[in-house]
Amino acid sequence: MAQPDVNAVGEAPARPAPAPVRLNLQRFGLTIAFVTLVAALALLSPSFLTAENLLNVARQVSINAIIAAGMTFVILTAGIDLSVGSLLALAGAIMAGALKGGVPFALSLLAGLAAGAGFGVVNGLAVAYGRVAPFIVTLAMLTIARGATLVYTGGRPISDLGPAFDWLGGGDLGGIPVPVIIMVLVFAAAYVMLTQMVVGRYVYAIGGNAEAARLSGVNVSRYTVLVYALSGLLSAVAAVILTARLDSAQPTAGLGYELDAIAAVVLGGTTLMGGEGSIGGTLLGAFLIGVLNNGLNLLNVSSFYQQVVKGLVILLAVLIDQRLRRRGGRRRAA
Amino acid sequence: MVRTWISAMLAAGLIMGVTAAGGPAAGIPTIGLAISTLNNPFFVDLRDGAQAAATKAGVTLIVLDAQNDPARQASSIEDLIAKKAGVVIINPTDSDAIVPTVKKLNAAKIPVITVDRAANGGTVAAHIASDNVAGGEIAANYVGDHLNMKGNVVMLEGIPGSSAARDRGKGFRAGLQKFSGVKIVASQTADFDRAKGLTVMENILQAQKKIDAVFAQNDEMALGAVQAIEAAKRNREMFVVGFDAIADALKAVREGKMAATIAQQPKLMGQLAVEAAATVLKGGSVPRFTPVPLRLVTK
Repeated sequence: MAQPDVNAVGEAPARPAPAPVRLNLQRFGLTIAFVTLVAALALLSPSFLTAENLLNVARQVSINAIIAAGMTFVILTAGIDLSVGSLLALAGAIMAGALKGGVPFALSLLAGLAAGAGFGVVNGLAVAYGRVAPFIVTLAMLTIARGATLVYTGGRPISDLGPAFDWLGGGDLGGIPVPVIIMVLVFAAAYVMLTQMVVGRYVYAIGGNAEAARLSGVNVSRYTVLVYALSGLLSAVAAVILTARLDSAQPTAGLGYELDAIAAVVLGGTTLMGGEGSIGGTLLGAFLIGVLNNGLNLLNVSSFYQQVVKGLVILLAVLIDQRLRRRGGRRRAA
Repeated sequence: MVRTWISAMLAAGLIMGVTAAGGPAAGIPTIGLAISTLNNPFFVDLRDGAQAAATKAGVTLIVLDAQNDPARQASSIEDLIAKKAGVVIINPTDSDAIVPTVKKLNAAKIPVITVDRAANGGTVAAHIASDNVAGGEIAANYVGDHLNMKGNVVMLEGIPGSSAARDRGKGFRAGLQKFSGVKIVASQTADFDRAKGLTVMENILQAQKKIDAVFAQNDEMALGAVQAIEAAKRNREMFVVGFDAIADALKAVREGKMAATIAQQPKLMGQLAVEAAATVLKGGSVPRFTPVPLRLVTK
C-alpha cells in the first residue's frame, strides 16, 4: 500500500513522495507476529484453521475493526477518541428504541448513525475550536454518552428487534457474513480516503505538524471536526452490528471498547504521536487481537491465565515490530 | 480556560454539597444506600425494592450510584458520614476495597448493612445476600436431571475473581459430582457480559462438536450464548441455563429459548436490607446473615 510521506508536511497539499523501505519493514513485524500466532494455533487446535472458524473470527473482529478504522483517522491527527464505546451504546440504544417505538427500520438506523456522527462532531468542535486536549474532551464524552444511554434506556436492555436487524448481524451474502462485508467496505473506503484523496494527505499533515499544515493552507479545524465525526459515525456502524448480533441494545454495550480499538491501531503500527501509520495495519492489529481471543477459547485456557497470555502476546508483537522498524529506520538513514 | 472550568465545577460542587447537607428534614431518619452500579437491571430492581420498603417504613432513603468505581463509592459514603445518616446500606463494588470505608463508618458509630456482596473486614451489623453456592447447585441438579446422568456441559464464567463467579462455579461443580457421566468439557469466562457471552460461545461451538447443556453464571451471558447457538443452528442439540432471572431471560424461558434460570430476588433483597436498617435505627437487633432464597424458574 502506498503511503503519504509523513515528513512532507511543509508541502502537505502537494503529491506525497513514497517512503517504501521503512514502511514495508514496519508492516512486516506485525505480519510476522500474526503469522506466528496463526501457525501456533493451527498446530494446537484442530478447530482453528477451518473455514467456519475463520469466518467466525472475521465476524467477531468486525466490530472492533470498524471502530478502530475511525480511531486510526483520529490518532493519525495526533488525537485520541475515548468515547467510542459509549457512543456505540448510545447509537445502539437510539436505533433499538426508535424501532420499538414504531419508527421504520431504515429511519431508525439513520437516527442511530446520525447520533454517532453528531456526538462525534461535538467532540471535534471542542477539540478544534475549544482547544481542549482530545483526551479530556472524549473522556468527558465517554461519561456523557454513557449517562445519556442510561437515562434513555432506564438502565435496561432493549430487546427483540425483529428480522431486519437479525439479517445485518447473522445474515450472509454468498457465504460471507454481512458484518464482514460491512467491515470490508469500511476499510476499502478508509483506504481510498487515506491514500488517494486530499483528505488523507491533510489528516497525515495535521498529525505530522498541525501548525505547518495550517500555514500551508490546510483548514486544520475543519478536518479535525471531520475525523471525530467519522470516528463517531463508525462507532454507530459498529453499534448496528453489535445490536443486530445480540438482537438487543445493551446499556452496558461497548464498555472498554476504546482500549481494544486503540490497541488495534497501535499494534497496526500507527504512532500515538500522529502523522504516521496505515489503515491496513489497523486491520491486521484488530485481527491479531480477535484471533488471540478465539484461540484462547478454542484451547479452553483458564480465564486467569488468559489475561496474562493476552498481555504477553500484545507486548511481544509490538516488541518484534519495534525492533524491525528501528532496523528499517537505520537502513534508511544509512 | 481549563482552569476556569475547573474552578466553576468546584464551586458548583460546593454549592450542591451544602444544599444536600441541609436536605432531609430533622426528625425523619435517613438511610443511605450505596449501590455498586445502576448500570444493570439487577441493581435497579434492588433499588426499587429498597425504595418501596423505605416509603412503607417512613424513612428517607438516599441512593448513591458508585458506577462500579470503588473510589467513587468510598467518597460518596464519606458524604453520608458528613450528613450523619442513621444507617448505611452498602452494596460494595469490591469486597476488599470497601473495608477502609466500613471502618470509617464504624468509627463514626453509624451501623453498616451489606447487601448482595459482603465486606471482607470492619464491623457489619447484617449481611443480606443470595446463597450463590446453593444457586450453582440448583443449576447442576437441573442439568444433571435433564441429561439423564450423561452428557457434555459448557460453563460460561463470570468476571474472574469475583465472589459471584467463584461461588456459582463452586456450587455448580460440586452439584455435578453426583452425576458421574456428566462432564464439563469447556469452562471459559465471558465477564458476565452479553456480547462476550456471544463471542465466547461462538468460539466454544467451533471447538466442541457435541454439547448437551450450557450453564452460564448469569443471564446476560446465557442470552449471548443463545444467540450464538441459534446462529449455528445447534439449538436442538443443547439447552441453556442462566442465573439471575432478568426480564429478557424470563422471556427467553417462556419462549423456550432458554431452559431455566436461577432467580435471585433483588427486590426482596433491597426490601430486606431496608427493613433490617429500619430495625437497627429503632435499636432492635437483626441476624448477622439473612440468606435471600433462590428459586429455579422454568417454563
